[in-house]
Amino acid sequence: MRRFKQFVGFVVLKTSVVVGVLFLFSLIVVIALNGARVLSPEFLLEFPREGMTGGGIFPAIVGTFLLSLGAVGFALPLGVLGAIYLREYAGGGRLVRAIRTGINTLSGVPSVVFGLFGLAVFVKLFGFGVSVLSGSLTLGILILPVIIRSTEEAIEAVPREFREASYALGATKWQTVKGVVLPAALPGILTGAILGVGRAAGETAPILFTAATFYTRHLPGSPFDEVMALPYHIYALMTEGTEPEHQVPIAYGTALVLLLLVLAVNFIAIVIRYRARRARKW
Amino acid sequence: MVREKIVVKDLNLWFGENHVLKGINISIPEKAVTAVMGPSGCGKSSFLRCLNRMNDLIDTARVTGKVLIDGRNIYDDAVDVSLLRRRVGMVFQRPNPFPKSVFDNVAYGLRIHGVRNKGELRERVEEALKDANLWDEVKDRLFGSALELSGGQQQRLCIARALAVRPEIILLDEPASALDPISTAKLEELIEKLKEDYTIVIVTHNIQQAARISDYAAFLMLGELVEFGRTQEIFTAPKDKRTESYLTGRFG
Repeated sequence: MRRFKQFVGFVVLKTSVVVGVLFLFSLIVVIALNGARVLSPEFLLEFPREGMTGGGIFPAIVGTFLLSLGAVGFALPLGVLGAIYLREYAGGGRLVRAIRTGINTLSGVPSVVFGLFGLAVFVKLFGFGVSVLSGSLTLGILILPVIIRSTEEAIEAVPREFREASYALGATKWQTVKGVVLPAALPGILTGAILGVGRAAGETAPILFTAATFYTRHLPGSPFDEVMALPYHIYALMTEGTEPEHQVPIAYGTALVLLLLVLAVNFIAIVIRYRARRARKW
Repeated sequence: MVREKIVVKDLNLWFGENHVLKGINISIPEKAVTAVMGPSGCGKSSFLRCLNRMNDLIDTARVTGKVLIDGRNIYDDAVDVSLLRRRVGMVFQRPNPFPKSVFDNVAYGLRIHGVRNKGELRERVEEALKDANLWDEVKDRLFGSALELSGGQQQRLCIARALAVRPEIILLDEPASALDPISTAKLEELIEKLKEDYTIVIVTHNIQQAARISDYAAFLMLGELVEFGRTQEIFTAPKDKRTESYLTGRFG
């Protein structure tokens, strides 16, 4: 009887894994099969044509690049400096703990809420309009918690011995942070930043009201122009189109490109982390 | 008569409620090796860290009493801790080179103290590595990672790093405890040489090592200084019963 129970337990556990993996795998397969049909160099390098029923998605790719890089360009310095302050200078008081909890909670807020916030603050209040700038800032705030947390973790992982050696030579706290702690934490910080890029690239809701447009004939000429973006492009093709038989395949193609992009970004992060782990001998 | 470089007067140290050092009085002579011995947990490392105020880094640490270096109390409010640590170098139990090149490790302290000139940096790095008996082993790999060096080389690199800023005193916290016998021998040889120019305080719980390399020896137990004097006298005719027990291996 005990053996039988063990057997049943085994089967249940195993099935869960298999079903889970199956779903993940089929997601990739379905997107890949449906998307591969429209994938071609022209698809990647051309503008949309014939009222979004033909042509490529070049401007959406460019838009997503701009938005993600903008988001990281904004969130990385802010997040890293904030994390340094929290970890090195702020101490362990109640306020600091509350701030840290707040940051962690922020990463659980639905992204559409960030979108509304971006609309109210960046688009309206600051008057940036629906633009690359507004979208980047909104996405930046979205990934700020990721960057702060990964930076804090990377700083914490720097061995105490390194700091001691630096202080023992007469270094000040800032010299120690700048000269020893940050260089040693850099791979971890970079990994966080890259994961942030991946996250920002895939988000739809935050750019819905702040940056994205269904169609422009030009690439953005300034940070105050609106842009096309991959995730929003999929959403628009599936909801606003009049010719689904032409548009749905394009949407799948776009989804495949986005998926590959995010996978590639994550892969880079994994490689950096792996190489940093192998290189360090402390 | 030997000159006294460091004079410790009625030094007490607490970590929170824990009274770690109890009324230490000791005068450490210039340009000699002073060994601080004692069983684990007797406070010898904490004592060493009082001499360059490394205990400042621990929030709960509290110090009373005086530590005079060349007659000046290093716990005076006016003392610049950064300059103090420049004068009082320290080498730790486990070799802890930075994950940087050999050159950058030695140059680190110099850069911190404002040496920017490339030629001067190169000269002083070479000088420090030569003084630490390491130059010949690393001169062809100055720009390779310091973490590639052997443990013994890493520890001598840490000494070179400390020497580069031209300190007057060098504190060594069980510097050989993580090293093999051959590396230890090289390190002891180096300490022998360095005492011509520097005042050296070395913490060790290796009694033989203390006997081999030190001119003066202090014996600490449970946070109290039991005995201090010339190494030869302490080892041949200890005045305190506890010192004798410790040296004969009754406890350790």
